[in-house]
Parts: sequence; C-alpha cells; structure tokens
Amino acid sequence: MPTGMRSALAWSAVVVALMLATGGEVAGAEQGGDATQEALERYRAMLSDPTANPGYLNVDRGEALWKTRRGAANVTLEGCDLGEGPGKLDGVYARLPRFFPDAGRVMDLEQRLLWCMENVQKLATADVRAQPFGEPGRSSDMEDLAAFVASRSNGMPIEPQLTHPEERQLLAVGEALFYRRASIADFSCASCHSEDGKRIRLQTLPNLSRPGADAQATMTSWPAYRLSQSETRTLQNRLWDCYRQMRMPAPAYASDGLTALTVYLVKQAQGGVINAPGIKR
Amino acid sequence: MTKHYAVASVMLMAAVPAHAETPVPAQPAAVDVYIEAMFKDAPADWRRRVVQDETQRLCSLSRNNPPPDVASAISARAAASLVYPSDGIMIGDWKRGEAIAEDGRGGQFTDPPGRASGGNCYACHRMAPGEVSYGTLGPSLAEYGRIRKFSAEAAREVYAKIYNAQSVQPCSTMPRFGYHKLLNEQQIKDVTAYLMSPDSPVNTPAVDK
Repeated sequence: MPTGMRSALAWSAVVVALMLATGGEVAGAEQGGDATQEALERYRAMLSDPTANPGYLNVDRGEALWKTRRGAANVTLEGCDLGEGPGKLDGVYARLPRFFPDAGRVMDLEQRLLWCMENVQKLATADVRAQPFGEPGRSSDMEDLAAFVASRSNGMPIEPQLTHPEERQLLAVGEALFYRRASIADFSCASCHSEDGKRIRLQTLPNLSRPGADAQATMTSWPAYRLSQSETRTLQNRLWDCYRQMRMPAPAYASDGLTALTVYLVKQAQGGVINAPGIKR
Repeated sequence: MTKHYAVASVMLMAAVPAHAETPVPAQPAAVDVYIEAMFKDAPADWRRRVVQDETQRLCSLSRNNPPPDVASAISARAAASLVYPSDGIMIGDWKRGEAIAEDGRGGQFTDPPGRASGGNCYACHRMAPGEVSYGTLGPSLAEYGRIRKFSAEAAREVYAKIYNAQSVQPCSTMPRFGYHKLLNEQQIKDVTAYLMSPDSPVNTPAVDK
C-alpha cells in the first residue's frame, strides 16, 4: 500500500475515533432491550468501515516482514508452507488450523509462523514467544504477520480441516475445553457463549456452542484492531483475554490447548466468509 | 511433552473408529494433558485454580444439565457449604452493595494481588431500573425486594444464593461467591441489602417497564 494511503488511513482512524467518542450514545435504553440492541448494532455498523481500519497498518508491516531476510539462514518467509505449498498465501488462513506432516502436529497460524521462523529462517523466537502481544510503542511481529496472512484469505469461506485423526482429536479436546468449568468463578467458555442473544453489560455475546451466524461473524473477523487497546489482536490474544476474565491463569502463548479451542471454533464457523483484519471494541 | 502427547493420542485413538463421522468425546485424562501444558508457566497457586472440584467436574461433563441423582448430590453439597452470618443479620449497607454490584475487578491475573473482588453483578443482571449498562445472562433483579414484600425469608434466600447459587440450582452459571471466597460475609450482606432494602435504587419502581 502506498505511503500516502497509509497516512490517509491513520487520519481516518483518528476521525472515526473522535466520532465514536462524541456521537455514540445508546439511545432509548430506558425503553429496554430492543432499543439497546438496535443501538449496539448501529455502533457495530459504524465500526465496520474498512477505509478507517488501523489494522491495515499491521497488514503492511506483516507483508514487509514476510519478505525480509532474517535468521541464521538469512531467508525470507516466502519459503514457508502454511498448508498449500511453500510461499502460497491465498486462502491458507481459511484452512487453519491443520495437520502439518513436517512438524507432525496440528498447528494454528501463529504456531505455524513460529515453526517457519525457527525451521526455515533459523530465527531465535524466544523473545517473540515471551512478548507476543504488542503495546503502544512496541509492535508485535506475530500480530503483523497474522494480520497480513489472514487478509490474504479475504472473501474466502472458512474450511475446517478435519480429515486427519489428529485434527479430529484436537476438535474433541477443544470441545471439552469449551465446556470445562474451573477456577474461582466456576466459568467455562460455555458460561458466556452457549446461548443466543445474550450480553455482558452492553457487550453482545456470540453463541459459539453451535454452527451458525454467530460463530461465523466471530471467526471471520480475527485478527482485529481493538479500539479499547489501540492494537491489532489475534485469536491467541482473545483467548488469553477470555481466560483472564474467567479468573484463570494466563494460558501459554501458542499452546496446543488454545489450538484445540480454535479447531472447535473454526468448525462452528464453517462457511463464514473471511474479512480480516476486523475492527472491534 | 512428546511422551505425554503420545499417551494422550493412544488414549483418544483407542476409542475412535478409523472412519468415524461424528466426533468421539475426548477422555478427561487426555484433556488434562492439554490443560497442564497450557498453564505450565503459571505460579503454583494459580495452577491450582485450574484443578476442578467435584461440582465443576460433574457440571462440565453434563454440560450443566446433570441427571437428577447427580443434581441432588450437587445441591446437597452446596447447601452443606452455606455459612450464614453469625449475628443472624442478612442485610448490610445497600450503598456499599451497589458499589460491589458495579465492580467487575478482582481475581484476574492483571489485577493487583490482594485487590478485593467486586461481585460484577451487572455483568449478568439488570438490577436498579435506572442503570442501563446491564447484562442479560441472568434474570432481571429489578424491584427484587419490593416484589417479595421485603420479607426476611427472601433476604435469607438471597444470602444463600449469593453464597452458593448451586444450593438453589445445581450447575447454575452463577459463580459461587461465598464458597470461593470471592465475596466476604460483609460484602454479601451489602449486596443483599442492595436487593432487599426499601431505600435501594433496585426497589425504586421503573418509569418504563
């Protein structure tokens, strides 16, 4: 993307942020549920303007990283096989997680990117693994690369990969984790995500316990620029944040349990058309 | 770690026919291998939170719809856990109770250690009719005390429900605030007051229903 367009995007983001800060009143809430729901949907519609999405700055940086020689092997990630052959980017995100024979395991996008960085580029990833989530003043390679790769599946339907026995194993584990209640508030994912039409405070909750529109809307919009954090976040971060809110310890970044949950969620979202990066609260 | 996954694979694969169309549920022991790996970096006291108690285990396996005998055992165990105030007074200060109901912090790995938990009641419940930022995971509690004529019996039931919701409804989604020591005795009294006091905004009639 040309530099001029990047500046325009950045300024658009500022304008949108100001509009949301001053104009977003929840009208008619005194009248109860329907008016509030309508207002929330108008808010979501305001958010979904693609020309004002700061996540595309991450896409730019991710594309540059993909094409940068790094590591002891001094090669780019263009030799990385994300499931459709070395360097092939179109549609790969729509078919993740999946089993990779060279690694002998099922991997999600971030696990596979790390694998390529380590095994193709011979790049040490300890620092990336230790700080996978960006913050103001420090961008995250993982968030940039994930935004870039995901955007290359835009317009394509989610195709869960469930033919290999290990893929099916992870699906079963993911489903069990989804329903696993624990910790000091007795929460599981299902506590908040197993009914239609519910919300926490004014945050609507997708029902992720069955295939359908809720799961599709959720899974087709990650990675996403999160306004509340001024950062582009991946699904790894969203799951980490869920465990935080469930009063559980922080799950290890790129651990197989998080991939198992992702396999389960991707299955529920089958057929959803990807549009990443999204914009969320 | 590779050995653990091999063991888990064998345990799962033993149950899966080669051409299965419908997924076979994962064995709990196999799931535990993934749980252990997910939380291996957590401090020991945090890792303990992930270990399920019997009620959590049974509610998880039954997806919160336990068979009647299991449900009875769960609610009996929950009832046995109830600790009422020793002074017999269920109702505290509704103003403090309101603050507790609005407070969604505490107990998260980003909260300062020792930071007292709020009840976060508004995450799931409507309470004071004038508070618009309420969730819908739980039923509306608007005018709760007024509807029950501010009875002493209702106050006692509220206290029990907050202390251990599963004493009333086995596998309830509601956290077991007293049982888990998320809220202490005074905090539960204060939230009870928020629901049961005639002066509380909860019991101010709504203008539009």
